[in-house]
Amino acid sequence: MARIGVFVCHCGENISRTVDTAAVAQALGEMPGVAHSTDYKYMCSDPGQSLIQAAIAEQKLDGVVVAACSPHMHEKTFRRAAANAGLNPFLCEMANIREQCSWIHDDREAATAKAIDLVRMIVEKVKHNQPLQPIHIPVTRRALVIGGGIAGIQAALDIADGGCEVVLVEKEPSIGGHMSQLSETFPTLDCSQCILTPRMVEVYQHPRIKLLSYSEVESLEGFIGNFKVTIRQKARFVDESKCNGCGDCTKKCPQKKIPSEFDAGLGTRTAIFVPFPQAVPNIPVIDRANCLLFKGRAKGKKKDVCGICARTCTRGAIDYDQEDRLVTEEVGAIVVATGYQLYTIGKIQPKEYLRGYGEYGYGEIPDVIDGLQFERLASASGPTAGEIRRPSDGKVPKTVVFLQCIGSRDPAKGIEYCSKICCMYVAKHTMLYQHKVHDGQAVVFFMDVRAGGKGYDEFTRRAMNEGALYLRGRVSKMYRDGEVIKVVGYDTLSGEQIVLDADMVVLATAMMPQLGIESLAQTLSVSYDQYGFINEAHPKLRPVETNTAGVFVAGACQAPRDIPDSVAMASAAASKILSLFSNAELSREPMVAHVNPATCTGCFHCERVCHFGAIQRKEVRDRQGNLIKVIAEVNEGVCQGCGTCQATCPSKSIELAGFTDAQVFSAINAIFA
Amino acid sequence: MADEIQELTGIAAASCYQCGKCSAGCPMVGEMDFGPHKIMRLLQLGRGEKLFEDESIWLCLTCETCTARCPNQCDPARVIDGLREIAIRRFDTKAPKRISAFRRSFLDQIRRNGRLFEFGLVLDYKLKSGDLFSDVTSAPAMFLRGKLALSPRRIKGIRDVRRIFDACLESGEES
Amino acid sequence: MRLGYYPGCSLHATARDFDESFRAVAGPLGIDLVEIEDWACCGATAAHNTNRLLSIALPARTLALAQEQGFDAVLAPCAACYNRLATARHAMEQDPELKEQIVGILKRPAFTNQVRVISVVELLRDMAATIKEKVVQPLADMKVACYYGCLLVRPHEVTGFDDDEDPRSMEEVVKATGASPVMWEKRLECCGGGFSLSRTASVVRLGRAILEDARKAGAQVMVLACPMCHNNLDFRQKAISKYREEPVGMPILYVTELLGLALGLAPRDLGLHRHYVSPQPVIEQVAAATRSLAGGEQPAALPAPPREEA
Repeated sequence: MARIGVFVCHCGENISRTVDTAAVAQALGEMPGVAHSTDYKYMCSDPGQSLIQAAIAEQKLDGVVVAACSPHMHEKTFRRAAANAGLNPFLCEMANIREQCSWIHDDREAATAKAIDLVRMIVEKVKHNQPLQPIHIPVTRRALVIGGGIAGIQAALDIADGGCEVVLVEKEPSIGGHMSQLSETFPTLDCSQCILTPRMVEVYQHPRIKLLSYSEVESLEGFIGNFKVTIRQKARFVDESKCNGCGDCTKKCPQKKIPSEFDAGLGTRTAIFVPFPQAVPNIPVIDRANCLLFKGRAKGKKKDVCGICARTCTRGAIDYDQEDRLVTEEVGAIVVATGYQLYTIGKIQPKEYLRGYGEYGYGEIPDVIDGLQFERLASASGPTAGEIRRPSDGKVPKTVVFLQCIGSRDPAKGIEYCSKICCMYVAKHTMLYQHKVHDGQAVVFFMDVRAGGKGYDEFTRRAMNEGALYLRGRVSKMYRDGEVIKVVGYDTLSGEQIVLDADMVVLATAMMPQLGIESLAQTLSVSYDQYGFINEAHPKLRPVETNTAGVFVAGACQAPRDIPDSVAMASAAASKILSLFSNAELSREPMVAHVNPATCTGCFHCERVCHFGAIQRKEVRDRQGNLIKVIAEVNEGVCQGCGTCQATCPSKSIELAGFTDAQVFSAINAIFA
Repeated sequence: MADEIQELTGIAAASCYQCGKCSAGCPMVGEMDFGPHKIMRLLQLGRGEKLFEDESIWLCLTCETCTARCPNQCDPARVIDGLREIAIRRFDTKAPKRISAFRRSFLDQIRRNGRLFEFGLVLDYKLKSGDLFSDVTSAPAMFLRGKLALSPRRIKGIRDVRRIFDACLESGEES
Repeated sequence: MRLGYYPGCSLHATARDFDESFRAVAGPLGIDLVEIEDWACCGATAAHNTNRLLSIALPARTLALAQEQGFDAVLAPCAACYNRLATARHAMEQDPELKEQIVGILKRPAFTNQVRVISVVELLRDMAATIKEKVVQPLADMKVACYYGCLLVRPHEVTGFDDDEDPRSMEEVVKATGASPVMWEKRLECCGGGFSLSRTASVVRLGRAILEDARKAGAQVMVLACPMCHNNLDFRQKAISKYREEPVGMPILYVTELLGLALGLAPRDLGLHRHYVSPQPVIEQVAAATRSLAGGEQPAALPAPPREEA
C-alpha cells in the first residue's frame, strides 16, 4: 500500500474563499493509500514546506501531492522541499485547485467537490510515479545574437566582454538599427550617432564577435546549450575580403534616384550602396532590384548593360555572380533582438487585423510624415543636412502639427497597446523643431502625456515651456487644402473644436514588431503575442527569457521599448547567458520519452509526428553483427516531453517518463471510480 | 443612466477614453452644449440626467462620423439615439420645438398611411411647430415641379404598420 | 438575382426625378425593376430617434415582404432607406433574439432575414463595364463632384460595399459615363439631413461648406444618391446662396440622371426639369459634346424650369 501525503493550500484566500480546503484534506485523508492529509494557509512558505518535510520523515511517505496553484508556479519549490527531505523529487506532484478551480468558480460546494476530484486524480497518478534522475547535457559556450540594433550590439558586447564568443547576425547591410537613424535622443538631447557609432566599431573590432551582416537565420536545430543554427549570408555581390570601403563604386553608380531606406524615403541612394557613412561593416551591397545590370539579366539580356562599379573597383571586389551562402554555427544560447518597425496609415496593411487611417488620407497627403522621417529631417547627416524642410516643396514649415497615438491605443485600427516612446520623442521633436525654426509653432495633439522615467516628465514639461502648444484630443480628419494641411481636431480641455492650417504634420505612429517575426519565432520555437511581440517567460520574474530554454529576448521585439530599456534588457540577457555558460554542463528535467527496444517495430510513426526532431533511428544487431531491425531512439537533449509520440505509437513502445500510460489512465479512472 | 444605456444599446460608457475625436469631427458640435464626448463623459460621471435638461442630444443628425472614427467603437450615435428613446419614453424631451414637431408629424404620417405623405407632413409639421410661414413661398414651386402629391395613398397592410407601432411604443409615446 | 425595387416615400414625391431617372436607365442597362408590393416607409430618422425597435420593425416588414414575393435582394435607391433597411438587416443578423422579437411583432414566422439590401451606387458600380458599353454621349471633360454624405458608407459594418473614408464607387460610375470625377474633401460630410424644415439654418451652414468645397475643386456638377441631400443642396441652394455675393450655381444631379444623359436619354425623361438649380449648363455641355461627335445635330433642349416665386 502506498503512503502518500496530501497537502492542501489555502493560498491566503485565493483558494479557501471558494474551496473548503479543510473538507478537501479530510476527504483525501479517507482515500486508500493516503497516509497523511492536511491543509495550511501558505504551503509555499517556509513553515508550509517544513510541514511537508516533517510529514515525509515522520509518516515515511513515498509520494507527495500538493493541492495548490499551477505547477508552473511552484512545482520546483515543492519538489526541492521533497528532495531535501530525502524523497525523490519526481514523486512529488501538484494538483491545480487554484487556476483550474477556485479562480474560475463561484459555487463553493461544487468547487469543493471538483477540488477533491482533482486531488484524487493526482493521488492516483502519484501511486504509479517512479523515481527519476535529472539528465545532464554539455554546453557550447558560444552565443548567437539575432539583430544588430542597439539591443543586439549591447548583448553581443556584454557576452563577448564576459569571455565568450558571439555570432551577431544582422539582416541589413549594416548594424546600427533604428538608433543610427535618430538625430538626438531624449531626455538629454545627446547625438544618437555620437553615442552609437563607437559601440558599432567596438563590435566590428572585437576579437570574440563574429559579425554576419546582410544575413538571416534560416533554421535551427538542437536545444539549450547545443543549438546548431543555419544562417543565410545574402549575396552582397561585393567580396568582403577584398573591399576596402573606398566608396568609389557608389560614386560612379548611374542609378542615383533610389529612395533611401536609411533616410526613410526622404533621401536617395545608388544601386550599389552603403546605407550611411558610418556603416559597419563599411562594405557596399548591390540592390539587385534596382541595379541596371541585374535588371538587364532578369530581362534575359545576353550582354550586361552596366558594370561600371566593377570597372571602377581597383581591388576587383565586385562579383556579380556571387550567390547566397549558407553557414552553420554551433551555439549554446540565443538572443532575439530584432527590434521594431513603424505602423503606417496606408489603406493596404500588412496584417489582417490592422486598418489604415482613411480620415487622414491613407498616407497620400504630401508633407504628412512619420517620426523616423522627422528624425532624418532633423539629423545633420540627413537629406536636408539637418534643416527642417518639408518634403513636397522644400519650404521651411512654420506650423508643424504632431499627432500622438497614431495606431497606438486605437483598437479600431487594430492596436490596443501604448507604444510607450512616442510621448517622449514628440516632445523632443517639438524642441528640435523650435530650436531650428525660431518663428515656428509646434502643436501637439495628445491624449495623455506618459512620461514615466528618470528625467522624462521634466523633459515633456520643458517642451511645453519652450512653446510647444499641447492640445488634448484626437484629430478627426486631415486633408490637403492648397499649400496647407487642414487638421480638424478638438481640445477637450477647453471644449473647443479646432481647425489648424499645418505646413507639415508628423505622425507618432505605433511601434510594431518587424514583419516576419512570426516565422523567425517559429524557427526558434518561441511564442509570441497577437501582435508578434516575443513573449517573455514570465512578465515580472523572467523578463528576458522565452518559453524555450536557451533563447532570450531583448529590446523592442518583446514590447515597445526605448533605448535605455532595450540596453538594460540586452545586458540582462547577456548576464543570463554568461551565468548559463559558467557551468560546463547543465541538468534538465527527465520528462523525456523512452523507447522500449524489445517491442518497437520500427514503424517510425513517432518520427513523423515529433515536432522537435527528437526521434533518431538506431540499428539493432545480434552478436555476430547482423542487422536485426531498425528501431526508434529518443535524443534526450532534444525531446521536449510533449507526449505526442506516446499517443501515436501503435505498439505502445514509447512512454514519456513522468506521464506513462499507467499514470495518466489511473488519474482518469480516479474521477470515474 | 450609464447602466440604462448599456442595457438599451449594449455600449458601456466606460469604454470611452475621452479622446474627443467624436467631437472633433461632429458637424453639429458648435451648436451643442454637450458634444458627443461630453455626453459620454456625463454618463461616466453618473450625471446622464443632465442631458435631459438640454437640447444637445436632439441636435445630433446621426451622420455617424463619430461612430465611424471612434477608436474604441463606443458608437456615440447609437448612445444618443438611446438617450432620445429614454427621454421620449419619459415624455420628457427638451428637443427644440420644431425638431420635435417634425419627428412627431413624420411618425404620425407613417402610422396613418404606412408611408410618408410629404404634403401632409409639411402641413401637420406647421401646425405642430407653429412655424407657419417659412418656406410657404416655395410650395408653389414644388407643385410646379410635380414634387408634392396632394392626396395621401394608404398601403393595404396598414394594420401591420399600426401593430408595429403599438408593439414598439407605449400609447401616445411618439407624440 | 431577383431585385425587389424599394422606391421609398421620397421617390414617390420630392424625389420623383430620382425614380424617373432610375426607371429610365434601368431599361437600357437591363435592370429588371419590379416594385415590392405594398411596402411601407422605412421610418427614416424619426423612427430611430424615437425607438430602436420601431426603427428595425418597420424596415423588417419590407424585408419580409420582399422574401414572400421571391426577391433575393432589395434595391433601395434612396440612401436613407438603404441605410435603414441595411441597418435593420444587420441588427437582426447580429442579434438572433432581436430577430425573433421582430418576427413576433410582424407575425411573419417564415421571415428568415436572408434578403440582401443593396444601394443603387453599389449596383451601378458593379455594372460599370456595361455602362461603358452603353454610353452613347460620353460626358467628356465634365468635372463631377461625387457626394456620398453619411448614409451610403456609414457605418461600415452595415454598408460595407465601399471604404467609409475613401469611397470610390460613385467615381467609378461617373468614370464609366466618360465624365471626370474631381477629388474633394467634403464628400463624406453631413448636409444636415432631416433638419431641412426644422433647423434650416444648420442645413444652410453645412450645405454651403459642401457646395463651396466642390466648387473650389473645380466641379461643374454634383452627383449624389440621396433625396435628403438633394433637397438640402438643390432646393436649399437658394438660401445657401443668400449669404454669398453670387449664387453657388451648382446643379445637383442624381447619379442616375447623369447616367441617363450619358445613355442619351431625354433630359425630361430623367426628371431634370424638376430641379431648382438649372441643370441647363450640364445639358448644354452634353449637347456640345454630342454635336462635336455627331457633327451638328441638336438634341432636344430642356424646357425652361418653372419660374420661382420671390
